[in-house]
Formats: sequence, C-alpha cells, structure tokens
Amino acid sequence: MKPKPKPPIYGLVAEFDGAEALLAATRQTFAEGYRKLEAYSPFPIEGLDEALEFHRNRVPLITLIGGIVGGVGGFFMEWFSAVIHYPINVGGRPLNSWPAFIPITFELTILCASIAALLGMLGLNGLPMPYHPLFNVDQFQRASRDRFFLCVEATDPKFDRERTRLFLQNLNSKGVYDVDH
Amino acid sequence: MATNLNSPERPDALPPQPPVVAPGYTYASVTEKISGIVLTRRTPWFWIIAFTSAFVLFVLLNVAIAYLLYKGVGIWGIDIPVAWGFAIVNFVWWIGIGHAGTLISAFLLLFRQEWRTSINRFAEAMTLFAVACAGMFPLLHLGRPWVFYWLFPYPDTMRLWPQWRSPLVWDVFAVSTYATVSFIFWFVGLIPDLASMRDRARNRFVRAFYGILAMGWRGAARHWHRYRIAYLLLAGLATPLVVSVHSVVSFDFTIAIVPGWHSTIFPPYFVAGAIFSGFAMVISLAIPIRKFYELEDFITLQHLDNMAKILLATGLMVSYGYVMEVFMAWYSGSPFEQYMSHNRMFGPYAVVFWMVIACNVLSPQLFWWKRMRTSVPVLFIVSIIVNIGMWLERFMIIVVSLHRDFMPSAWGMYYPTFWDLATLFGSVGLFLTLMFLFIRVLPMISIFEMRELVGEHK
Repeated sequence: MKPKPKPPIYGLVAEFDGAEALLAATRQTFAEGYRKLEAYSPFPIEGLDEALEFHRNRVPLITLIGGIVGGVGGFFMEWFSAVIHYPINVGGRPLNSWPAFIPITFELTILCASIAALLGMLGLNGLPMPYHPLFNVDQFQRASRDRFFLCVEATDPKFDRERTRLFLQNLNSKGVYDVDH
Repeated sequence: MATNLNSPERPDALPPQPPVVAPGYTYASVTEKISGIVLTRRTPWFWIIAFTSAFVLFVLLNVAIAYLLYKGVGIWGIDIPVAWGFAIVNFVWWIGIGHAGTLISAFLLLFRQEWRTSINRFAEAMTLFAVACAGMFPLLHLGRPWVFYWLFPYPDTMRLWPQWRSPLVWDVFAVSTYATVSFIFWFVGLIPDLASMRDRARNRFVRAFYGILAMGWRGAARHWHRYRIAYLLLAGLATPLVVSVHSVVSFDFTIAIVPGWHSTIFPPYFVAGAIFSGFAMVISLAIPIRKFYELEDFITLQHLDNMAKILLATGLMVSYGYVMEVFMAWYSGSPFEQYMSHNRMFGPYAVVFWMVIACNVLSPQLFWWKRMRTSVPVLFIVSIIVNIGMWLERFMIIVVSLHRDFMPSAWGMYYPTFWDLATLFGSVGLFLTLMFLFIRVLPMISIFEMRELVGEHK
C-alpha cells in the first residue's frame, strides 16, 4: 500500500497570553470537531487534559507494576539465597527468617516503583525527543516562559489550511503560525 | 473570556494568605529572574570566593582519602573499643541533613504547602549532595573500600550472598535506594525548567547542554498530565522512604546490645533528629543565598518563620528522646544502662552531653517568639548551632556509648586525629563545592511551580 502523502506542513499553532484563554480556545476547538489537537503551556493547567478529553493515564499502573516486581523480586531473592541456594544453619534458627527480610523488600519496592514512574512518564510522553516541528516556530520559545499555544495538526481530517487558520484567529489569539516539518 | 491571569484587575477570591511570593511578579519576570541568575549574569564575586574556599576544603578531603588508601584506617583515632569513630558519626550526620530536602519536596507537596515551592529545588540538591557525602564514609571505613561491591548481591564465584539479616546490609540498600530516588525526584522536577533554560539560552553550547538534559520537553498538555501524576507518585514513594532510611540507620545501633544503643525509641528519635538537623541546614543555606542573590521576594520571611517553627517542633521531639533515654535507663533497673546515662552526663565526655543539651534543647526554644523566628541573624546563628549540636549528638551516641560498655577492663578512650578532622571538614568542602556548582549551573528555584504560584495569587 502506498503511504499517505505527507501534508505540506505539520500544522497550525495559535498563541495566547493566558491560561484561561488557552483553556477556552481548546474547548471551542474541540467542540468544533478538531481532534488532532495539543495544547502547550509553561505550567500544568487544571482542566486542560479534560478539555482535550485525555483521560487514559497509565503512569500509575506502570508504577504499581514496578513496585510489585521490586517487592516480590526482592523478597524472592532473599528467600532463595537464604533457603535454597546457600542455606546456613545457625543454631537451628529458621532459614526463612522473613521479618529480617522486610527492610530490603521495602527498599526494593520503592526503588523499582520510582524507576518505573520515571521511565513510564518519559516513555509514554515519547521523551527524549530532540527534534519536534514546533521548535521551528520562533514564537514557541515562549511556551516555556509566559505564552500558551494550541496546535491543530495537519493530519486532522477537518484540517484545512485557510479555514483552520481563520478559525484559530477568531479565538482571541495573539497570532497563528505555520508549523513546518 | 480571555482573562489575562497577569492583569491586576482580576478579583481575588482567596482569603488573605501570608505572601509566599512578593507581589508584582508575572510569568515572564519570575522566569527571567530565576533563569537569569544562571544565564545572563556574570559570575558574581561572592560565588568565586565561596566556591574557592569550598574547593580548598575539597582538596583537603582528597588528600585525606589518598593518605587513607595508602596507609589504612589506622590514621584515624579508631581503635577497640571505639571502632566506629568519626566516620560513622559523619555518616549519620550527613544522611540526617539530607532528610529535610526530601521532606520539603515530597511531604509538603502532598500536604499542598505552597511555601515549599521556592525552597524545594535547592533543598533537594542539598539532599543529593549530603547523601553523596554520607555514602562516602561507610565505604572509607571498610578498610578496603575497593571491595565495597561485596555488599551487593552479585554473581560471586564462591556463591556467597550478603547477610540479609544484618542491619549493615539493610543500610546499603536503604542508602543506595535513597540516593537513587532522590536523584529521580530532583531530575523530574528539573525537566520543565531545563526546557525554560534551553529556550532562554543565547549561547549555542549552553543551549545544547540544557537541550540535551531537557530531552525535548515542550509543555504539552498530555505531557503535563502524566508528569504531574508521576511527580505526585514519586512524592508518595519518597515520603515513606525517607522515614525508612533513618529508621534503618538507627537499626545499625539498636540491633546491637551495647548500652545506649539497644533502645526501641531509636527509629522515631533518629527520624526527628534528621529532620531537625536537615531544616537547620536548609536555613543555613537559604539565608546567605537569598541575601546574595537578592531572592528576598521568593524566599520570604514567611518561609523562614515556617522553617523556624519546624525547627522548634522537631527540637522538642529530639528533647523528648533525650528525656526518655534517661528515664528508660533508670526504669530498666539495669546497672549498665544506668551507668551509661551517668557516664554521659558526668564521665570523661560530659562536655559533649551538656553541649548537646545547650545546642539542641535550649537554643531552639528562642523560636517560641515570632520576633526571633523572623530575625534573620538569630535564625542563622541558631541553625549553625543546631547543626553542630546534632553532630555532637551522634558523637555522643556512638563514641560515648562504645567507650565504656560492660567490662571496665575493656574500656578505653577515643581521640580524633588530624585525619579525622580533615575528612570531616573535607566532606563539608565536597558538599559546598557541589552546592555552589549547582547554584551556578541549574535554576535553584523551581521556575514552573513559581509561575503556577504567580498565576494563582494574582
């Protein structure tokens, strides 16, 4: 099958000067039927993920799995080495002295859960990503300072360069820019 | 609809709160002020002086370690019965200092204490560097530090495993987990700020440096969503961790039968002492930093007031620990325990005990008065006194308990040598060297969280 032709640009990005303006614009754009949307802000904004109908967050699940693997694995390592692999009989004391194994089990639970949280967050976010088309927009540098951006991607079925531009301009934006690949 | 959060006309629905950031700041000015310390200013004279003095001490540490590796632990004052000496005193002291950083960043985050925002970044950095200093001491104390990896489970040709029932092995896992998790937490907090630094940087190489570290962060809403959850989860994991680490450190003592060590009060007493000394160190660092970098608008008197209250509260918990140790010694009816308490107060190291009481019990009592809590010189001096007092407390617990245990024929004295002192002050040099490098290279206040605060309070 022939791959779909690449659109000439990545998308259009609109600039806003406040968190509330971005939130309102995102809601309107979503209501208009656009789905390939992403909002960018210099700090997390309450409600923006809901405006994008983004609910699926698997970071907690990954962290939980990491914790379980760390805890079970840690205890198994101690039990296996003390009971099976290298048992040492000290005055007939039990080989599986589980209370003494708890501190290390606990530490490994926390360690593995934390590493899973970090890697889960980065992996699901697709980071590290040294290049992204938005970095071509000069204004976008301010997304890490004091400006708020809403990007409609060209792969959106409703995307039309002129009509989408007009729509974004009417959303009280400071400006609308082409995003080159 | 398009209300600008920066506009001063926005009606303020919040009840009046003490300011955690001075009024008049915008997203842009907050960003410029914090990133500007690193990016646009020339290296200030006070940084050069402070860094140079710290580096001289760091060189002293290297000399002390080199001589130690050449000659062996005999260069220290340790001997039987006091085999633990300065190395373990310093270890417990440093790891305790680290705990306040995690507490500020994780615990106060979970309790939505907004005032943590302007101090959490450098408090976390302090944690990392304090743990680095702490981790060094038990390894040096091993005698053969180059085989430290024997402490970890690894495929050994003799099929040997670490002794899981030993608190010293728990300690290895606790401290290395603590160092790793503190680093992850600190780094996750830094990612959005590294992106800000990347976008502010003018110099190509500087931009590449921050760009690589920021990993392409661009503030997408979906990313923020996952980021916040991950950050909260890490805070939730770090909070029990920090309690467990100092509990495990206290197990190093309580599992032994030495009078003065074998006590059930140790875990909470150690954790309270760790928070106490850690907050003292945060205050000792915050006061010069806010003064020299003109950050009084971000680290306000309200912050100092709050930290002084924590110092007072944890100081009282530590005092309770001292009282209970004496009470239990008397109540136990054991002549060895009773002698231990008597020896602490009136034995050859009595001066240490009375200094501990003066530094840790009496000096924080000043903070019952608001005038004292908001007086910068008083706070600075008391915080230094508490740092010294907590070091002496660990000396009291370790050396004074060990030097006279059961049999008078096995008693002895411990005197530190020049190399003990060189390693202690050298580790302070290592800590400060890392701290000053951090201040010079990375944003010392969380920029994105400050923007959130500015947005909320406008």
